[in-house]
Parts: sequence; structure tokens; C-alpha cells
Amino acid sequence: MTPEPLWRTREPAAGYDVVVVGSGGHGLATAYYLARDHGVRDVAVLERGWLAGGNMARNTQIIRSNYLWDASAGIYEHALKLWEELEGDLGRDVRFSQRGVLNLAHTTHDVRESVRRVNANRLNGIDAEWLTPDEVKKLVPIINTSPDLRYPVMGATYQPRAGIADHDQVAWGLAAAADRLGVHLIEDCEVTGFQRSGDAVTGVQTSRGPIAAGKVALCAAGHTSVLADTLGLRLPLQSHPLQALVTQLLEPVLDTVVMSNTVHVYVSQVDKGELVMGAGIDGYNGYGRRGSFSTIEHELAAAVALYPIFAHAHLLRTWGGIVDVSPDASPIIGLTPFDGLYINCGWGTGGYKATPGAGHVLADTIANDRPHPLAEPYALDRFTSGALIDEHGAAAVAH
Amino acid sequence: MSGRRAAPAAAEEAGATITFNGRKLPARPGEPLAATLLANGVRTVASGIYTDRPRGVFGLGAEEPCAYVRVDSPPGESMSQATRVEVHDGLRAGALRGYARLPEAEEAPRGDRKWAHCDVLVVGAGPAGIAAATAAARAGARVLLACDGPHPGGGLVGAPHPVDGPSAHEWLEPRIAALGDVPELRLLTRTTVTGLHDHGEAVALQRRPHAAPGGAAHRLWHIRARRVVLATGACERPIAFEGNDRPGVMLAGAAVGYVRRHGVLAGGRAVVFGCHDEALWAAVELHDAGIALTAVADARPAPGPAPVAALYERGVGVLTASGVTRTTAGTGGNLNGATIAPIDVHGNATGEGRSFPCDLLAVSGGHDPATALAAQIGGRRRWSPEHAAFLPAELPPGTRCAGAVTGARPPAAARDQGTEAGHAAAADALSAAAGPAGSGSSEAAGSAPPTAEGTNRTPPAALWTVTDTRTDESRVFVDLQRDATLADIREAVEAGMASIEHIKRHTTIGTGPDQGRTSGVLTTGIVAGLLGRSMDGVGGTGARPPWLPIPLTAVAGRDIGELLDPARRTPMHEWHVARGAVFEDVGQWKRPRYFPREGEDMRAAVLRECRAAREGAAVLDASTLGKIMVEGRDAGVFLDRIYTNNFSTLRPGRCRYGVMCTADGMVLDDGVGVRLSESRYLSTTTTGNADTVRAWMEEWSQTEWPDLCVHITDVTDNWATISVVGPRSRDVVARLAPGLDLSPEDFEFMTFRDTLVAGVPARILRVSFTGELTFEINVPAWYGSSLWEAALAAGRPYGITPYGTESMHLLRAEKGFIVVGHETDGSVTPVDVGLGWAVSKRKDFIGKRSLWRPDTAREDREQLVGLLPEDGDHVLAEGAQLVAAPPGTPPVPMQGHVTSSYLSAVLGRSFALGLLREGRHRHGERVYAVHLDRAVPVTVTDPVFYDKEGRRRDG
Repeated sequence: MTPEPLWRTREPAAGYDVVVVGSGGHGLATAYYLARDHGVRDVAVLERGWLAGGNMARNTQIIRSNYLWDASAGIYEHALKLWEELEGDLGRDVRFSQRGVLNLAHTTHDVRESVRRVNANRLNGIDAEWLTPDEVKKLVPIINTSPDLRYPVMGATYQPRAGIADHDQVAWGLAAAADRLGVHLIEDCEVTGFQRSGDAVTGVQTSRGPIAAGKVALCAAGHTSVLADTLGLRLPLQSHPLQALVTQLLEPVLDTVVMSNTVHVYVSQVDKGELVMGAGIDGYNGYGRRGSFSTIEHELAAAVALYPIFAHAHLLRTWGGIVDVSPDASPIIGLTPFDGLYINCGWGTGGYKATPGAGHVLADTIANDRPHPLAEPYALDRFTSGALIDEHGAAAVAH
Repeated sequence: MSGRRAAPAAAEEAGATITFNGRKLPARPGEPLAATLLANGVRTVASGIYTDRPRGVFGLGAEEPCAYVRVDSPPGESMSQATRVEVHDGLRAGALRGYARLPEAEEAPRGDRKWAHCDVLVVGAGPAGIAAATAAARAGARVLLACDGPHPGGGLVGAPHPVDGPSAHEWLEPRIAALGDVPELRLLTRTTVTGLHDHGEAVALQRRPHAAPGGAAHRLWHIRARRVVLATGACERPIAFEGNDRPGVMLAGAAVGYVRRHGVLAGGRAVVFGCHDEALWAAVELHDAGIALTAVADARPAPGPAPVAALYERGVGVLTASGVTRTTAGTGGNLNGATIAPIDVHGNATGEGRSFPCDLLAVSGGHDPATALAAQIGGRRRWSPEHAAFLPAELPPGTRCAGAVTGARPPAAARDQGTEAGHAAAADALSAAAGPAGSGSSEAAGSAPPTAEGTNRTPPAALWTVTDTRTDESRVFVDLQRDATLADIREAVEAGMASIEHIKRHTTIGTGPDQGRTSGVLTTGIVAGLLGRSMDGVGGTGARPPWLPIPLTAVAGRDIGELLDPARRTPMHEWHVARGAVFEDVGQWKRPRYFPREGEDMRAAVLRECRAAREGAAVLDASTLGKIMVEGRDAGVFLDRIYTNNFSTLRPGRCRYGVMCTADGMVLDDGVGVRLSESRYLSTTTTGNADTVRAWMEEWSQTEWPDLCVHITDVTDNWATISVVGPRSRDVVARLAPGLDLSPEDFEFMTFRDTLVAGVPARILRVSFTGELTFEINVPAWYGSSLWEAALAAGRPYGITPYGTESMHLLRAEKGFIVVGHETDGSVTPVDVGLGWAVSKRKDFIGKRSLWRPDTAREDREQLVGLLPEDGDHVLAEGAQLVAAPPGTPPVPMQGHVTSSYLSAVLGRSFALGLLREGRHRHGERVYAVHLDRAVPVTVTDPVFYDKEGRRRDG
């Protein structure tokens, strides 16, 4: 028996109520929630390559909401609550595993900032604990907590509800659900510009011809600024390569996600058995999805120091994604100076964990043509007003 | 009878014995473990990752998908292909059944890192690579030749085919010998180029199996090449059919390779199945080596007449337009027979099959050029129906291909291409205008691959699978490493997946340690058939480095232990160690946090140290403070733009506290600027930020204000600095610098003197970070230790006490001085922390416009305050959040946080600094500091707790 396809291949129609540019997790989630919660089903998601083939296919799958500032806590915790419902909503196993995330502290400065974040999280209703090195060791027996380490483990923040989910399954689950609700998912269809009427955007130009749109939402990560530029709208984004890697399949050694800002390595062991690790971002700007090997070397040296047993593992595959980083390392969500044009970008290293939250909030923003309350702090005009949400310290990697 | 040695005596003479899965086996040193296993009739080597089906040796080299082993004898390997483990006496290895286990007890072998530059890097040392390297070196280029195996020669080793006459072997030997005669040619054996990166960088892994115990077992090379010649050869491609995973099924070229290179016969009775002439020639070689051929099948209706005739001469007929539909197994799942049926061009059986007994099924679907390295940096390939292979079509800039990687199969053609590529690469590299490889625009693949190929060959056919109506597609293995089957691909396609990347993710094909070398093109072919698309329309998945797995220990190299990030130490460090200082990491520096005496904890030590600073004399090693020389005609103007306050108006000989902001208007760093002379300034920075500030200054100087004449030099390590602090510090310094007038009238606060201190040229600054009279003495770093000892000696009568960063922080907090990183976090303006007085209203500086943005200029931002816990014995947690009332149910609105918190000797109680919303206007209010489950009432105060009038700074 031939199974139902996850999503159908569609020819672009002449126009849609809403065109979402970019079929990453955020674009798919936006379309899904538009169709599910707002009855907006005449929606197309346009993808220049293969569905969810950008950062959605390249991240390290970590989900957490233990951010410092209220605005960040708001949107990431909103996302985490949606993650907790997602498998039920999509009717699909996305291997969502709340195995907990540790953020290690290696210096007295780290300790101070970690304690501050734990206290902020708790007051915001987010599960957060402060662990001593011994408690870290109990949770992660393979970690080296010797005080003689170059950067010893001085403690860690712990969010038990955090974890990972399989990014491909998430993308395919969202795609399948959106497709069933009537959303058109159109691959190999690159948006090259916009149709305008005065200060209103009325559609997009694509590699497959013009497509009219009542509303257009940009969910194209670092390429959002390239597209906005065609309208003369400059976005304060810088795009950097961010690399990740996997080892060979290993017998289970690690059942928690462990992150370290100071020495730039974060690691989890996925169900398949691979260790998945991420590094610090590469210093230069660019859209090439590859980075410098020296970044990998730094990361793995730190990993081997923290987990001596990893020295025996093998590096199987490295790759780069492109993170779009805003000046305060927080996203830009909401309306633009152009009627009918909405943006969702600047997620930097935080995009994957926000997937359902970003989509949910953006869908609401599009449907009601006003920022969702959780998106209000993330307006583009904060860079002129100065109401920044500086998450450099709490982001996964130092920018 | 299964595998054996062609000349059994050879192994015994060599006398090596290895242990595999606990069984002792005779072996020849230097041969690959796979050869030893085959020679000893070990057919099942490993098992499928997910299916647990037995698997044997399938390939000859890096393409091996099945025979993964672990090496238990030192130096040990958690995973390796049996085809790549070099045998030595005493080797202990075992099957890798699915998942690797990381040995907990054992120390991993060390890795080393090396760097090399060359004009031409030649990757691969087969006939093309040898010719390219020789040609390039003779043309005057410095050449690195990376050879994957222990010896050069590639697929030519032991080959009987003629190259320019006698035999490949005879062609090869003198040329390998000659490699050593060319002075600028360096051959790296056992070296696999695993990645090509931008700007001509190549990463290569060198294995060192003969390293001394404890020596580096791996060497990771970083090679910068002006030009790259890829002579990477090709990987043999199988054909998939039911039961194609059984031990005994092997690539035909691999079976031949074991004969040629190692004198090992992989079986006793063989069926050979292919779709191109080389597979038939392989049958000839296997026959001549002593393996009985029970059947030879070729998918083509009309195979090449020459190999058919050669087989006919040997009494072997070729079943044409035929293919293997399935295999049968005997004991232990090992191959014991193959069924051959007539097939059409798609591999569908068109008639009944016949069974042939065999313990070796040598199969070959063609050869896939090893283009992965080029693809890693943007190279593209195109399907050539004539070659039935993807050939390189677009190469990264500065890169050339030669040999089998271009589709050229005969060694003579490979050699000619190599010579041409070597010449051209050398000419390019040596031309004056040459940039590094990997820069500029990409290039076409250059000379078209040879088509006639020098012989009158019959073209190969492209064949992916052979099936009949009874075929169980879940037993047709496409990716043997990942146990992924034809059924899995069909399922993915039926789930609507049309992109090869989706299919890869759905099936996991190509995600194994072999990077799908035997499954990639097969998958493309199968998907093209299922979707009715062209090979180029389906394409392949992106190539991702490393080409071969690299042990993490090799990647980490010597960046382990202390060298993970080499620690910076001051010249006085050894003294601190000897006195039992407790250190903390500040940036890369090791700084004494406190100097405990016997029986003291941190609190007791700090109280004692602070008391000395406030009542007598104390001394701090301040050498780690960043020191940046800013010199040039426009140094003053430059610093005016960097700092929020003015430095061009500072008179020579004087010091000024300065703050610098990011473009956002947030505090970046602070410190004291000194005007040494008209055009020379010294900027001091916080310990952790010195490099950031230097880079920040350079960035603005180079990219925004190149018109300013200014030079920036980090001199942090050139100076050792001590702060002599306390009411008796003048007495101490008087003994150190007897000639200097230290009276406050003559040596004013915020000035400096160049003088001799303890007989050493020194610069003394009168600055203060504690509020106490302070002399900050700077001497060239190599005098640091003697200055420190001299100060301690001079201060002994006054009870001089060394103190660390904890006391330093406490003392400054009592005075309400901020520390960048404590009171600031990138979201705090100078005004927020009470430094508005240092922000110029008139001149422009980085961050100025941002400071006047509506939100940044708000009156109700979080501002620096003092905090006094109502319980004076309770020391607040740094990082505690400030709230208006004891917290109820979340979310609880937060109003700020505790930034620094201590127990003060001079105040006789605990105190803290914090940032609090509108805090400047809330002195006297009660708020609550929340840490974990506890809320503590605190009173908001002015942030200056001690000597508000500043009377103590002059002593």
C-alpha cells in the first residue's frame, strides 16, 4: 500500500492571502499556525532549495528557555510550552526529549552570571536550578570536574524541562500538518524581490514567476536582510557561519545536554548514538555554509578536556549553518515600514529552540496586523529607541 | 575452501601473530587487517548496525562499508575499517558490532599538529599523483604529495597492465624512487587529506602506527597551498541485489587488489558480476591467481571482446545481459551461492535464474571519481553517460584534477593527465600574480576527460539494482554501512520526498563513517529511476569534511591540559604560588584571589587583607591590567572619540579615568589614561578586556578613521605593575624611591613620575582603586619579581600585606567604584552606573548618539545603588534578583539584581552593590534580594559606603 506523502508537490498559484518566504522551521510553523489557529489557509511557503534545508537541517537540536531577560524568557518559554504539546498537535513522534540542559560555569564571572540567570528564570516561572560541581558530576558522570582543569567546572545552571528534538522530524511534521490544512509548500522557488504598490507589498517575484500576496512574511534567516534590501529596507543583521559536527555512533555515554559558553562547546548524544556538538561562531561574515577548521579544533580540544573519554571518539562530519545575528543578539519580529510585509529574523543561535513559539507569535501578528504581545519587545524600532534586549551573555555562544 | 594466501609460506616467514576476536592468526606485518582476515578464512568480520546480519570485508580501502573493527592493543582505536588497520605483531582487534564503545580507563593516544606551506599540493599518489608531483617539482615548485597509504602507487601496485612497456610495477618503482631525488618534493605517506577549505587550506590526517610509546599516533596537518592537484582516484561502486550484504560478496576491484598487493585470495570459488570491461579483466586476474570461476556475468548484451576472449582462452564463458538476482548462504550466514538471471537494461530479470556455488561474489558496477574534496568547497560534478559516472565539472579556484578522478581509467592516461596538471599547477603557483588556491572564481574542470581512453574499450553500462518479481527489497542493501535498503528508499520516495537530501535524512544513507562512498551514486541512480528524473536532476548530497573520520584526540592535538588555552602569568606568579595563593581565572590570566594564612578561609583572609589596606600598607600584583600604547600626532583626537570623556585636553604628565562605550552606548571598558607626552598616551584596561579593547581601537583606526595618525600597541606583558596601598604606603615607597618627593603637594593625585624604584627605572602613578593613598609602580616586566620582593621588604615595618582580587573588589566596592563585568553586562550605560560626569556633552564619541535614544535616556533605567541587608551578617548572593516585595506566584516583576556582595571589615557588616530600577531616587527604600528560595530584605543606599569625602586618597 502506498503511504500518504508527507506533503504534496504544488505548482505556485497566481496569488495567496499570505506568502511565507522560507520553509525553515519558523516559516513552516508560521504557516501551520496561520492555518490552524487563524483560519488563514490560502497560504504558500516558498523555498529556494529543499524544504527545511537551511539552518533547520543544520542546528544541534537544543531546546531550552532559560534566558535572562523577561522578553526572552517570555518568547522562549512560550515556545517550550508549545514544544511540550507539539507531538500531540502534529500527531507525529518528533523525538522530543526533555533530558535537561546544563550550562556550565567555569569562572567566578560565569558563576555570578549563572546565578543571576537562575534567579531570573525562577521568578519568571521557568524551571531552573543551580548545581554544584558534585551535582554536575552526579548528573553527567563522564564530565571532568577536577579543580585542576584549565577552566574548571565551578557549577552549572540546570533546566530539567529543556532538551532536544529531531529537527528533520519536526520540519516534516510541521510540513505534513500544514499541507493537510491546505498550505502550499513549494520547493525550488526562490524569491528574488517584491511587487509593490506605494508603501504596500502586494506580492513577490520568484524564480518561477510573480506571485501575488495579501501579506508577505519573511522567514529567511540571514537572507531576510538581502530581500529587505531590495525594498531599501536595511536590517541590522550580520550573518556568520556557525559550525557543528557529529561523531560516529556510540554506546550511550551522555543523557543530558551540556553547554559551555566559556570554552565554546555544547554537546548532546542523540538517540541514534552520535554525539552532536556545536562550536563558537566563525569570526567573519558570509553566507558560505562552511567554516574554519581551527574553530572545530578549539571546540574539540575543549570537549576532550571536559570529557576525557571523548578523545577516543571520531569526528565524522562537520558542517556550517549561517546565523543571522542582530546587534543585541535577540530576534526581530513584527511589522515593517511596508504595509503587508512582516519580518522574523535575527534569531542568531536561538532559532531552532524557538520554532513553534516564533511561528505561533508571527502567525498571530500577521493575522491581526499588530505585534503579538510577546513580539512587542522585538520590534525593529528598538534599535532606534534603544530598548535593546541584550542576550549576548545568555545566547548559546558568544557572538 | 575460502580465502587463503597465494604463497602461504610468506606469512609464516614474517612471523607476525595477531589476535582477532580472541583468535590468534598468522599475519604479514604491514598488510591491512582485512588481508590477514581474508587470508585466514575469517569471513564474518562485523555485523550490520541495525540488522545484526553478518558482514565481511567488502572493499579494499576507504570505501569499505562493512568491516569495521576496534583496535584494543596500544595505541588503540575505537573504530577503524579493517582495510586501513596496518598489521603488526601483537595487534589485538575485534569486530565492531554496531555502536562503538569508548574505553573509559585508557588514555587516548596523543595527537600532534603541523603546519606546512607549499606551491602545489598533490592529493593522492597513484600514477597521476606521482606524475603531477614530479612534474610540478621539476618545474621549480615546492610540492607536497599526500599519499593515503603506507606506499605510493595507488591502484597500480601489482597491476599487470602495461604502462609504456613492461608492467605497471616496473613503471612505478623507479618513479617512486625518484620522488626522493627531487629536493622540493615532500612525500607524506599514510596521510589522508580530509578537508579542503577556503583560501587554499587543506587539512590532512597522518597516521603514525610506528610512533614510539607515548608519542603522537596522529598528526594533523594544516597545509596552505597555492595550487591543488586532486589525484584522488575513484571508488568502486557495487550493484545491489537481494542478499548483497553476505560475507563473501566483495567489490571485484577489491578482490583483485588483495591478490595484487597482498597475495591474498579472497575466496576459492568465485562468481564475478559487472557491467563494464574492468570487471571482466578482474575475473581474468582472479582466475590467473588461482580462484576457480564458477560463473562470470555481465549486464551488457555485448561486453568488450578483448576480456571476453581472454576469459574464453581460460575456458570461462561470459553470461551476457545477465545479472545476480540473489545470493544464498550457508553456515553462519556466509555466502555459498549466487543466482544469475537474464536481465534488461534496468536490471529487471527477464527469465529464470540459475544458481552457481561460490564463496566469493566479486561485483562491480563501475567507478565513482572521488570528487568529495572538491565538492567540500563548492566544486560540482556532472553525469557522463559515456563513463556511467559523475565527473568533475566545475572545480574550486586553483584546483585541478588528474587521473581516475576525471574518469580516466588507464594508468597511462592518468599519468599523462598528472604530468599536465603538475606542470600547469606549478606554472600558476609560481607566477607572480598567484593568490592562494580557493580564492577567486571557480574554474571549469579543464581538459575534457579522455574519451577513447587509449584502448578500444566497450563503454560501461550504468546499473544500480538487479531484481526479479520475488525480490525482497528489504534485503537489497544500498548503504551497507547504515543497513539502508531499496525498500527504505522506496518508502522515502512514497512519503513524497523528491530531494536527495531529504531521502538521505529519511533513510540515513551516506551518514556513516564511510560517507556513503559505495552507496551515494547508487542511491542517486535508484531515485532517478523511481522519480523518472535524470542523474543530474537528482544529484547527490553535499560533501562534508572530513573525508575520513578523525580521532578527536588528533583534532585536539596538544591543546590539552594547560595548553587548552595557555595561561598568562605575571612575573611574580611563582612568589604567589610559593605563598599558597588561591588563584582565579580572569580572562587568560591566573590572578591570586587571596593569600590565605594557615587556618584561614577566604572570608578571614580577605578581612585581614582589607584591614591592612585600610589601616597600614598592602600590595597588589596589578600586572595583568591591560596596557595599550596609543601614539601618534592624532592620539589625543583618537582617544577623544574612543572614550566618553576628553583626553586631548589632558596635560602631559597627568592621568585621567576614562570610560569607553560600544556603538550602543553601553559601557565597554574603563581604566586610566596617561598622557606620557604630547603624542604618547598609555591606556589601561581591565584585565579581561585588554585584547578586546586593542582590537576595538584597531578596528576603528583602520576601518573608520584611517586619516588619523595613530599607532596602537599592546604592551601589557612588557610591564610589571604593583599597587602599594594604604595610609603607610608613602613610607613604603619612600624607602623604595628615596630620591622622590612624595608629598601630596609635589606628587599630586592623578599624576605620574618617571624615576628609579629599588634601583630600577620605573613609572609611578598616583591613582587609587581603593580610595586609599596608592602608588602604582610600573617596571619593565623582567624586574617585576625583584620589585615585588623589594616592596615587601620595604613594607615589612608597616606590616605590608599582599592582597588578591577578592580584596581588590571588596575595597573598591566600599568606595562604590564599578568593575566592568560585575556592575556592567553590555546593557548598562555610563549614566546608569553614576559615571555621567565622565560623559562629554560637547564632543563626539563612539556611542554618543545611542546614549540619547529615548529608551537609553530614560530616567527610570536600572541604576547603581548600594544595598545593606537588614541582617548585617548576611552576605547576599551575587546574582540575587531585586524585587519590591517577597515574591508570590511567578511571574514576579524584577527590578534589578545584586552585582557585587561582601562582608566588610571597615563597615563591620555585609554590604552590596546592585542595579535597581530608578535606584538613584530610591535610597532608604526596602527591597528584597531573592536567591533561589530565599528573599532577604535590604535597604537601598548610596553606592559609596566609605570615605564619601575622599579624604584618604592623599594619605
